[in-house]
Amino acid sequence: MTSAPAAPILKTSHLLGIAGLSPFDVTALLDLAETYVVQGRATDKKTALLKGRTLINLFFESSTRTQSSFELAGKRLGADVLNMSVKTSSVSKGETLLDTASTLNAMRPDLLVVRHQDAGAAELLSNKLDCSVINAGDGAHEHPTQALLDALTIRRRCGGFENLTVAICGDVLHSRVARSNLILLSMMGARVRLVAPRTLLPADADRFGVEIHTDMEKGLAGADIVMMLRLQLERMSGAFVPSVREYFRFYGLDRAKLAHASPGALVMHPGPMNRGVEIASDIADDVQVSLISEQVEMGVAIRMAVLDALSRGTA
Amino acid sequence: MSRRIAFRNARLVDPASGLDVKGGLLVENGRIADIGPRLFNDAEPNDPEVVDCRGLVLAPGLIDARVFTGEPGAEHRESLESASLAAAAGGVTSMVVMPNTDPVIDEPSLVDFLLRRAAATARVRVLPCAALTRGLHGETMTEIGLLKEAGAVGFTDGDRSIANARVLRRALSYAATFDALVISHAEDPELVRDASATEGEFATRLGLPAAPAIAEAMMVERDIRLVELTGARLHFGQISTRAALDAIAAAKARGLPVTCGVSAHHLTLNELDVGHYLTFRKVRPPLRCEDDRAAMAEGVANGVIDVIVSSHEPQGADTKRQPFASAAAGTVGLETLLAAALSLSHDGQASLSYVLKALTASPARIFGLPTGTLSKGAPADLVLFDEHAPFQVQAETLHSRARNTAFEGRKFAGVVQQTFVGGARVFER
Repeated sequence: MTSAPAAPILKTSHLLGIAGLSPFDVTALLDLAETYVVQGRATDKKTALLKGRTLINLFFESSTRTQSSFELAGKRLGADVLNMSVKTSSVSKGETLLDTASTLNAMRPDLLVVRHQDAGAAELLSNKLDCSVINAGDGAHEHPTQALLDALTIRRRCGGFENLTVAICGDVLHSRVARSNLILLSMMGARVRLVAPRTLLPADADRFGVEIHTDMEKGLAGADIVMMLRLQLERMSGAFVPSVREYFRFYGLDRAKLAHASPGALVMHPGPMNRGVEIASDIADDVQVSLISEQVEMGVAIRMAVLDALSRGTA
Repeated sequence: MSRRIAFRNARLVDPASGLDVKGGLLVENGRIADIGPRLFNDAEPNDPEVVDCRGLVLAPGLIDARVFTGEPGAEHRESLESASLAAAAGGVTSMVVMPNTDPVIDEPSLVDFLLRRAAATARVRVLPCAALTRGLHGETMTEIGLLKEAGAVGFTDGDRSIANARVLRRALSYAATFDALVISHAEDPELVRDASATEGEFATRLGLPAAPAIAEAMMVERDIRLVELTGARLHFGQISTRAALDAIAAAKARGLPVTCGVSAHHLTLNELDVGHYLTFRKVRPPLRCEDDRAAMAEGVANGVIDVIVSSHEPQGADTKRQPFASAAAGTVGLETLLAAALSLSHDGQASLSYVLKALTASPARIFGLPTGTLSKGAPADLVLFDEHAPFQVQAETLHSRARNTAFEGRKFAGVVQQTFVGGARVFER
């Protein structure tokens, strides 16, 4: 395995959101991730780049894919990885987030990956900890590594972002994935559309320089990438959307709606999918249009790149 | 051979186009094929069916935007069929029916059921409203998209207000997604709980449980704020107070998509008409003071009030022959709607065309209907009436199954002679 040159890439020691990155930062991270895609496909997937360093995965919300993706990324780079979930931590015993932070700090980790239900939690921890903090999702705020892995997936398929139309569809209101993606994709020159019923669109979404659509067929017209968002079960029973069947009828991605997008349009989903709610099974499983498995593979590569970049210190 | 009906010697009044002239009208295949001042003037039309209107008013059939029936669930009180007989006799060719039935109309299949029952049994058009919240509980929104596809023309909890502003905000926001019309009932539910009259001297003298009239304006003002936030189209099914009227006038002046209606009884009766506990004049919202009633007439005259409705609400003797506070609220009104509304033009407060607009063109515009006009190509929904013929309301002569009229003994002018729906005669006196 060849390791990437160790020159610093980022200007910050944390990755809290896409909002803190420049287009150059994004391009550098994507370029670095390409080398890890190669490493991930080799027989020997492991290097000793982070040998002796400690990575803590601190998850206050349950997650299978993001947590295992970070765990695998850390292990492939030779780090010691510790997974802490809320059920096994002292937080459930009444400890505050800052108490947890000082406890963790005393363990002297080098990298902390955190997911929390409240917006701003990762930033709060970054102010109190001596290590690098990576935001793996904070409330409805940001999920930067998801946006980066989506960008890597798109760039590998489409060659770039200029003149690309990306429709982000579904529960934009509660989605940190949507926020990170719309910031990143707009910054990289793509045209971004948000498609959702008004109850699932955040206030003043039009101020983000994106197109807003409530009619999915119009929102998909001419789109090159259709990015579906997960709709949480508790939001389908009348508070935001009246029912699953109505949601699927008007906002679920099926062949008829996809036919309005550009010929050859590709479909993405951050997972886990609700089949028959936001996406029809035959689309999710169609390797000709679905990038969903590829997104998972790119996820590991992107997280390796992020761990690598942060471990190099600041530029 | 196509089915033709020739109307001659009519006074054609079409508020949609501002037309008010003597002339003729030709119906062909259920639609208005021709209309004009010179039509059938020179030559006797050689059509199989000729209606000599003898100078009476020929106008678009009325659209009653607020009707309660008992179907499904309380057909003994009023079915779609029995209500439609009353409608036809009153010149009403389209009834917008409220979802407050048993079961509540909150499922696409129930909208479909209503439309099929109406097609099989009703003499006039039935336009169903679906519930805005499931079971009318005011908690979770209904499937507005699917219900609209099934044929619901509006979304409302009927005579119930949505107390929870968060629920209404989301429902309005969701409705705006589908450009669906939401119809609001404006009464603060806690302020009016157990009340059967408007708070004031009269209710105090009678010793009736009463609620302040501001219970209406409070909700109107809240709802207007939510319209401003969400951009949804909101129609107030019926208002009854000057304060609510002023709030709506201000909202309209600001360009908000707000419309409203008034019932024929709030236009013509005030709280004193309750007299000695006349339960047939117990309605919801309760009858108001004279200043509020006068404000309703002004509202129709100046156009702030868009539509006049019957708020037809059938009750039986079992629910009405009770002490006032225990009696059910509501009055039938399909057959008296036109005559009660015409009292405005007879009093000189508004022109005939203007009164008819609130019963035809305006509801058609709000609900997006092709009817409510005499224009060529429109469905031939027509009413022929004698504007000046006097009559006295007598419950036993009403065509509806329920006969709980608030207008018993009242003298009106304006008698319907014939009613046509889609070119078919559904009533002839």
